[in-house]
Amino acid sequence: MAQASGKSAGRSSLGTWGVHIAALLFVVVWTIPTLGILVTSLRDKDQIVGSGWWASFFSSTQVQQARLAGPDKQIEKDGKFVIEGSVFETPGSRQVAAFGARAQEPTKFQVGTTADLGDGETLQVNADGSYVQSSTKKFEGSRGQRVYFSSTVPPRFTTENYGNVLTSEGVGRSFLNSLTVTIPATIIPIMIAAFAAYALAWMRFPGRALLIAVIIGLLVVPLQMALIPLLEIYNGVGNLFGVPSKTYLGIWLAHTGFGLPFAIYLLRSYIAGLPREIMESARIDGASDFEIFMKIVLPLSFPVLASFAIFQFLWVWNDLLVAMVFLGAGSNELVLTGKLNALLGSRGGDWDILTTSAFITIILPLVVFFSLQRYFVRGLLAGSVKGG
Amino acid sequence: MAAQIFSAILVILIGVGGCIAYFWGANKLVDLIFPSRGVSGQAAIDNLRRQGLIRPWLFIGPALILLTVYLIYPVISTVITSFQDKSGHGFVGLANYQWALGDGQFRNSIFNNLLWLLVVPAACTFLGLVIAVLTDKIWWGTIAKSLIFLPLAISFVGASVIWKFIYEYRGEGQVQIGALNAIVQWLGGDPEVWISMPFWNNFFLMVILIWIQTGFAMVILSSALRGIPEETIEAAVIDGANPFQIFWKIMIPQIWGTIIVVWTTITILVLKVFDIVLTMTNGQWNSQVLANLMFDWMFRGGGDFGKGATIAVIIMIAVLPIMIWNIRQANREGL
Repeated sequence: MAQASGKSAGRSSLGTWGVHIAALLFVVVWTIPTLGILVTSLRDKDQIVGSGWWASFFSSTQVQQARLAGPDKQIEKDGKFVIEGSVFETPGSRQVAAFGARAQEPTKFQVGTTADLGDGETLQVNADGSYVQSSTKKFEGSRGQRVYFSSTVPPRFTTENYGNVLTSEGVGRSFLNSLTVTIPATIIPIMIAAFAAYALAWMRFPGRALLIAVIIGLLVVPLQMALIPLLEIYNGVGNLFGVPSKTYLGIWLAHTGFGLPFAIYLLRSYIAGLPREIMESARIDGASDFEIFMKIVLPLSFPVLASFAIFQFLWVWNDLLVAMVFLGAGSNELVLTGKLNALLGSRGGDWDILTTSAFITIILPLVVFFSLQRYFVRGLLAGSVKGG
Repeated sequence: MAAQIFSAILVILIGVGGCIAYFWGANKLVDLIFPSRGVSGQAAIDNLRRQGLIRPWLFIGPALILLTVYLIYPVISTVITSFQDKSGHGFVGLANYQWALGDGQFRNSIFNNLLWLLVVPAACTFLGLVIAVLTDKIWWGTIAKSLIFLPLAISFVGASVIWKFIYEYRGEGQVQIGALNAIVQWLGGDPEVWISMPFWNNFFLMVILIWIQTGFAMVILSSALRGIPEETIEAAVIDGANPFQIFWKIMIPQIWGTIIVVWTTITILVLKVFDIVLTMTNGQWNSQVLANLMFDWMFRGGGDFGKGATIAVIIMIAVLPIMIWNIRQANREGL
């Protein structure tokens, strides 16, 4: 008996390690893609194409050549002819690792050592790039000696990409456009859905069950079913009144309409679960439905209203389809997702621009998501576990 | 720009204010027309009854109008348009459906959609379940869940850029800056242009949706797992069941309903997948799917509404069984 329990304890501790490692593996795989664009967006434009983003935390080594100062700079010191200077044009940015005097052996000598180049000539290159070339004979000719050296480039991070993308690429303007679309399209459906949800939960009227069934049916209707007729309606209305058919008002209403089935469904199931006694006692005290709704139901429903608001915000902010159909592509209307899609076409390989724009696109949802995760998860559970 | 901010704020105020004004005003109006106070007994009772008949429709009215204009009417209209020509007016019978059956791109889309339907919901549910079981057992499980859940907040377009960067290809001999090709090269393989490999590119696109949706499956299944009564598992342990038996025979049957909900929810999402294909390949290299093909036909050459509507109807038909099942389920629960 004791033996058996000892064995199982041993196995379970091994198992626990396995669980930790497996979980860590999943977390790493799920996080690395996002980390990749974040790191890349902060890298120097030239370094992005020079090495993978995972290498950006380490110094990279490159071999270069430089020319020492010419014989006209030589000075005579202790019976020797000496030329001093730096292999770098702007010293301090890099570190020399090794150097050499011939292209075949560019890194023959350790940095800081004095290399014997033969014929009484020596060369010393230090880590900071300074060098001392000396010779027993006078240097002649018009040009300095060619040297080769390997230098390490320290990781360089910058926010330049962000400045560039936000202003000259027009992503900043699109950010504003996205906010213009998202905020009204998040707030307007809440009020409309809350009243409808209350009526469907607490008022008795003929056709109620049918309406609920219709709304549950509409929950899963693909948006594709709505696009063509709505486009026709919008074009018709535009022609009739001589106004543009693609407007912010149009997309606000479209998002409101598309968001309503889920909003009503989510709010109704929550409001229906509020305690009956509170409603009844308020009714006995003479409160009307309107008063009950405003003074009791609305304040009590705050958590579910917050849940829906987060859903709708994420959905509208991240939407591309509705924006492409109902909003124009001009700079005053193009939203972030549309902008990013356009950049993918026009700036295909410019990863400095693409990764930076992508991160700007996802930053606000991530902030909202992390700060309000509790409400989001609650809504997710309420919205899907019961129905679908 | 300032005008834009101003008009957005104005709309919020008008929208919210208008809603409140409507509901409050309409409510007041009913009270005025059918007063229940200050009138004789029988009249008050009659008026209360009339109020009770009208008021629910006042509350539900705006929602009903919006639902009708933005969903119910368009659904009916799309079905009709699918029997009509390019401009959406002349009746052409089943011609669009016949065209669809014979069209190579359409068939390719159907094939790819089926592939997506087979792989994505299964992968998300399976991975979500595995991660839920793993993270429920460890002290840093909440953090792990948050991080795996995080892609759910990212737009499909944003996710496409993230993964396009991973799939980035550069010619042999050059430094690979795409993570996948770097790994392949490090293992001694040759770099590939992943998203233009017919058939296999579907899977590289599916990975994006799986990456996004696994967090959703994980959260829902994790909460279902925690709802399993402790006694059922303890009883199994006492009876000598091993962890795999406990998982398959005790836990899975108890969360089966939730697994189906997760599966169907992701299935619907897969049928509507559009952004990922548009941004990654736009249907090139045999990676087309129905939703993107529909969008394509809506605007291609000035737009062919008949064909676009036909494709939409076919997506709708695929969703229909789930829709009916949902409604029946809701009726059974006594709504």
